[in-house]
Amino acid sequence: MAGSIQDTFFEECEELLEATDEGLSAIEGGNHDPEVVNAVFRAVHSIKGGAGAFGLNELVAFAHRFETVFDEVRANRMELDEPLIQLLLRSCDHLYNLVAVARDGGETDQAHHDMLIEALDKYIPEEEEDLTFEPMGLGGPIDIAAIDIPQAPTEETYQIHFRPLKDMYSTGNEPFFLFQALQEMGPLEIVLDDSELPGFDSLDPEESYLSWNLTLTTSEPRSTVEAVFEFVEGLCELSIEGAGDADADAAALAALDAVFGSAPVDLTPVAEPTTMVEETTTPPFEQPAPVPTPEAQPEASGAKPSAPKAESTKSEQRGPNPTLRVDLERVDRLINAVGELIINHSMLAQQIANLDVADVRDVETELEGFKNLARDIQEGVMSIRAQPVKPLFQRMARIVREASSATSKTCKLVTEGENTEVDKTVIERLADPLTHILRNAVDHGIESPENRESANKNRIGEIRLSASHRSGSVCIEVKDDGAGVNRPRVKQIAIDKGLIPENAELTDSEIDNLLFLPGFSTAKEVSNLSGRGVGMDVVKNAVTGLGGRINISSTPGKGSTFTIILPLTLAVMDGMVVSVADQTMVVPITSIVETMRGNDDMINNLGADGTLLSIRGSFVPICDVAGALGLRKEDNDRPPGVYLLVETETGQRSALAVDDIHDQRQVVIKSLDGVCGEIAGVAAATILGDGKIAMILDPESILATSPTTAGAFDTERRMSNAS
Amino acid sequence: MKTKVLAIDDSRTIRNLLAATLEEAGFEYVSAVDGREGVDMYEDVAPDVVITDINMPNLDGFGVIEELRGTDINSKVPILVLTTESAPEMKARARNAGATGWITKPFDDASLIFALKRVTGAAA
Repeated sequence: MAGSIQDTFFEECEELLEATDEGLSAIEGGNHDPEVVNAVFRAVHSIKGGAGAFGLNELVAFAHRFETVFDEVRANRMELDEPLIQLLLRSCDHLYNLVAVARDGGETDQAHHDMLIEALDKYIPEEEEDLTFEPMGLGGPIDIAAIDIPQAPTEETYQIHFRPLKDMYSTGNEPFFLFQALQEMGPLEIVLDDSELPGFDSLDPEESYLSWNLTLTTSEPRSTVEAVFEFVEGLCELSIEGAGDADADAAALAALDAVFGSAPVDLTPVAEPTTMVEETTTPPFEQPAPVPTPEAQPEASGAKPSAPKAESTKSEQRGPNPTLRVDLERVDRLINAVGELIINHSMLAQQIANLDVADVRDVETELEGFKNLARDIQEGVMSIRAQPVKPLFQRMARIVREASSATSKTCKLVTEGENTEVDKTVIERLADPLTHILRNAVDHGIESPENRESANKNRIGEIRLSASHRSGSVCIEVKDDGAGVNRPRVKQIAIDKGLIPENAELTDSEIDNLLFLPGFSTAKEVSNLSGRGVGMDVVKNAVTGLGGRINISSTPGKGSTFTIILPLTLAVMDGMVVSVADQTMVVPITSIVETMRGNDDMINNLGADGTLLSIRGSFVPICDVAGALGLRKEDNDRPPGVYLLVETETGQRSALAVDDIHDQRQVVIKSLDGVCGEIAGVAAATILGDGKIAMILDPESILATSPTTAGAFDTERRMSNAS
Repeated sequence: MKTKVLAIDDSRTIRNLLAATLEEAGFEYVSAVDGREGVDMYEDVAPDVVITDINMPNLDGFGVIEELRGTDINSKVPILVLTTESAPEMKARARNAGATGWITKPFDDASLIFALKRVTGAAA
């Protein structure tokens, strides 16, 4: 149980940290609305409260400082100036770290921790001394833990005089319950003194007339006895007198005990004999009704009308935005089932088409309805997995802050389209590549403040991170206003590293894309940021691993833009079913620009093995898919097949030659991981309506393997062809 | 008949902790996610005791106490405030508003039950 609650805590922490981050970012952006400030305060406060419950003392102590400083802001005692906002942002980042350490283990950066604490402490006013937040169980003034400490059962007898003031009753405190609590500690004798009770005519129902004299014999420490009256302190006249000190000798105790125990009535200092003596051993005693106002009575337990049984469920349904937390695995099972449903639909359609029935129109209409429903279900399920990129973007804001301070540059991250929803897995797997791109942007893209100034730019570099939906894909863009790619240097490095031949002639775009080559790194020296031996090729691999594409464009002096295009879902896609050398294959619709049936007039030979397709006056290289996959020896009398015009990420167009197009349909992506190794040109597989397995092609990689269409990366061959 | 607790706290962690502790101790537990919801459902739930956080969106803990005490018929229900503020003025302010007592976060099972006992007399 405790484990699952702790999980809840960490989940909630994520949300609270996001809220803190969001609030601080809004404040940084100039929004000092009290509600924003309050929201941040509450979020940090909740983190502290939850962390305290699990004894995460380091987190508690830090959150407490943060909260204390922020409370000053909230109370308008402190101005939110730029240095403070920056400190709070960094503190928020550190909270993330502390939460992560608490959850996953590991070490906090102690120097950083101490530095932030010192910085925060400077903002904390003198009188707020009590920054030590006591660990669990000791937080409250009720030191209940002491009760459990086995002590020598030295019994003590207390004389307690208790006279409630009338205010006590308006706080909902009941003498009766206090006595019950006392009674649990040991034998208790209660003597009511109602001597002050006036006659009925002069009775003021609001006034308090009763007092009690209690005799308690208990082995509990005095502090526990006092703790019972904690809530009514100041609302009553109270005296607690022990018969002796705790270290009084046993004989004295026994003697006193005998006296008190045997003659309770004698010791009662009540003048009038209207006393009520209760034998403590006879439960339950009557409620010593305080001034009985009419409303006072139904409060005894059980007197309330019972609420309907459905009450607790009802309570869960309220609230502004009801959400349901579902195990991701269940959603994935559902997604799988929907995938099977789609396959099932194609099979059914195929079966019906194969039937020897004259009129199948009605069935086909219904089947169409089935297909639409299946698509609706699929979209619905996908939207469950879809999440806004906001949390990811907020993390990136931290990355940029950290990177800026590590490189002594000043940058700000501007985000756009934070509410764009992307598949959860995509978001998760995008974190690393994005981190890398952003660190690179800060480290290599943005210039030092001095250089920026001399280039007539704002000292503060701007990195724009945006997300948007673009025709069935998600587009994520990182745009910096830095120096842009230093093309001569990039080219020189590529030559030095033997990645391209010395005489290579490359377009600007091709040079920019050299950054994605494995083993390429422009860092002059290994900085502690981006220069960790991994280059942008890792980023590219991560993106292509998600079925996406990445592209860079750059303008010298103005900055660079990285564009990542990702599929909306990882499970189902629209594909064109084609046949290649008697095999059925699927090409993703998103990569196809147009299709056309070719004829000999359109084909132009270039050199020995190059063919170009002429389309409306322009030429594009042709890639024979069958040849590229090694399914057929390239023969010259290739049937004038069908050409799929595809566009690569660099904007180059090529034509994929296939034998025929059969259909355009949704296919369920089945990963080949674990079935076979990586096959160049093949992205995944799917199951078609006839139950057969078809490969899903990856046009990019097919083009890269084909000699005629190999792009900029296969520069050597290309260059030798050209020369 | 079980003692029914209405817990009002915007923190899911705290709500879960309260639920676990109270249900194990035999209390009936109903929760609300903020002050406004807590006050709104109060009449339907008819709790024997209310536990409320102080810092909450929509309506804070003081607001909850004031609204619940504002109606005569409810004026006697015990209200415990959950507070990390061990500062005396926070308790004084809660009490002036009409709170019955307080539970200091972080709380352990025993102190929570002890606090409930002192205001409801019930062990469960």
